Amino acid sequence: MASVVGTFTVDPRSRAAKRRARGEGATGWAFVSPSVVIILGLSVVPVLWSLLLSFQVNDLVSPSEWVGLANYKALVKDPAFGSAVSHTLIYTALYVPLSVVAGLGIAIALDRKIALIGLYRTLVFVPFVVSAAAQGVLFSFVLDPEFGVANSLLHKLGLPAQGFFSDPGQALYLLVAISLWSGTGFCVIVYLAGLQGVSAELVEAARIDGAGRWGVLRHVTLPALAPVTIFLLLFQTINALQVFDLVFVTTKGGPLGSTTVIVYFIWEKAFKTFTAGYSAAAAYTLAVALLVVGAALQIYRRRVAAR
Amino acid sequence: MKRLPFSGWHLVLAPLALLFALPLVWLLVSSVMSNAEINRFPPALWPHGIKLDGYRYVLGNALFPRWFLNSFIVSAVAVTANLVLGSLGGYAFARIRFAGSKLVLGLMLATMVIPFQLTMIPTFLVMKQLGLIDTLGALIVPSLVTPLSVFLFRQFFVSLPRELEEAAWIDGCGRLRILVSIVLPLARPALSTVAVLTFLATWNDLTWPLIAINSDSTYTLQLGLTTFQGQHHTQWSAVMAGNVITVLPVLLGFLLAQKAFIRSLASTGLKG
Repeated sequence: MASVVGTFTVDPRSRAAKRRARGEGATGWAFVSPSVVIILGLSVVPVLWSLLLSFQVNDLVSPSEWVGLANYKALVKDPAFGSAVSHTLIYTALYVPLSVVAGLGIAIALDRKIALIGLYRTLVFVPFVVSAAAQGVLFSFVLDPEFGVANSLLHKLGLPAQGFFSDPGQALYLLVAISLWSGTGFCVIVYLAGLQGVSAELVEAARIDGAGRWGVLRHVTLPALAPVTIFLLLFQTINALQVFDLVFVTTKGGPLGSTTVIVYFIWEKAFKTFTAGYSAAAAYTLAVALLVVGAALQIYRRRVAAR
Repeated sequence: MKRLPFSGWHLVLAPLALLFALPLVWLLVSSVMSNAEINRFPPALWPHGIKLDGYRYVLGNALFPRWFLNSFIVSAVAVTANLVLGSLGGYAFARIRFAGSKLVLGLMLATMVIPFQLTMIPTFLVMKQLGLIDTLGALIVPSLVTPLSVFLFRQFFVSLPRELEEAAWIDGCGRLRILVSIVLPLARPALSTVAVLTFLATWNDLTWPLIAINSDSTYTLQLGLTTFQGQHHTQWSAVMAGNVITVLPVLLGFLLAQKAFIRSLASTGLKG
């Protein structure tokens, strides 16, 4: 009976607590305001400022001058911007599918309980935590035409020495290869986490129905991993379109501009030639492209989820 | 533990793992070679004994110790600030009802999709106005708290049962007291995720230090290593020794807290 009595007696302290919960606006704002000020202050304000800059001529020092759409018009005609776009697209078109497909393959290979599996996983993933600057410096040495170990190995094998980063025909593809070395590990761990969520019963059922290894992969595993795949495509594409650090450290956009990617172009225009308005216009163009890619993949993702 | 049977997969996985490890092995090996070994043609593939000349040069003559300290300060402040501000903000968004909270949270999350290139020029101008360009402050202020940190804490706190806090709340405990003494001790996964992601992002960043810093005494390790390579093109063993020093804190952190690293990075993927 005690419990029934209990429901009729309202603890006065609990009523006071409810009243307190209603008047908590000040506490809430006090807790979030440092984050709100820093995050919105350093994102919303700069985004609008960049938009204004893209219609101006600005050298980061003197007052800006309004020029309307002139920056965008010049951008369309600038062959250097055109080649920066095409280098970025080549890099992205190679890096994204290769890293995602390799990531899936390696994740499936690593998804088993055998000796040393922990070590294999660690080794595949470890390059991902190495900074782009460190990767760039390391591979500048490995691929140094004179002192690098790569040419030394080619020499031992009786093959001709290569120019590597000094060869305009190779530099961009080497950047893709280095990015694959460090970036595939991320796809591997995301896929490995995703594979734990693939229903073992479903796989078992498919096996009983006579599906072979490929059949299970095609009809059970891949469809179950579709959300993970779409996320990775989106994530890797956004990263690839913004590649900069590795380029800056290894080639500085060269040789002969063969590795000038969009963000390198943006950085150069803003902080080397001090044409910040022009740079902002290029940045806006890239941002709109990213937004379109992101939105397209989101729509596709919803459709997959709805199915 | 039972011994696992030998599997044919080793024939695939061992060479694959080696392929990923080899460049880092070479990094370590070349950092203990002598310049004579590196500078002859063809260069040696394996050192004759360990030479610490590279490390001696880097730690003695160059600004490397200073750069290490700068990187450490920036990362340590950023990690601490993200844990404090992120948990405060995340807790308020998860538990406290206040006017405008949904709108502000939505806005903050929306800023996650803004590419850095779009904000870097005005951020430079803001930092210049504040007089922070060429100081560590310019590196610290923008990394004090990220929307991802707030979001990760919020998601974690939403998943905690409210009952844990109710007794303390009824006893008249303030929100801050509840957060610090009840909620945070349960939030180790969220704390370690935010710490790992913040440390990786700030320690490894090159773009923003490149823009915000001019004097070599204020460089971070990443920026210092990059310029050091440009200036000491023929002293590869010293460059590689510097590179080892740059990579080591992240590598050690990863090896010691591998589970936290992998869980953190995989979670950015699966919740996305």
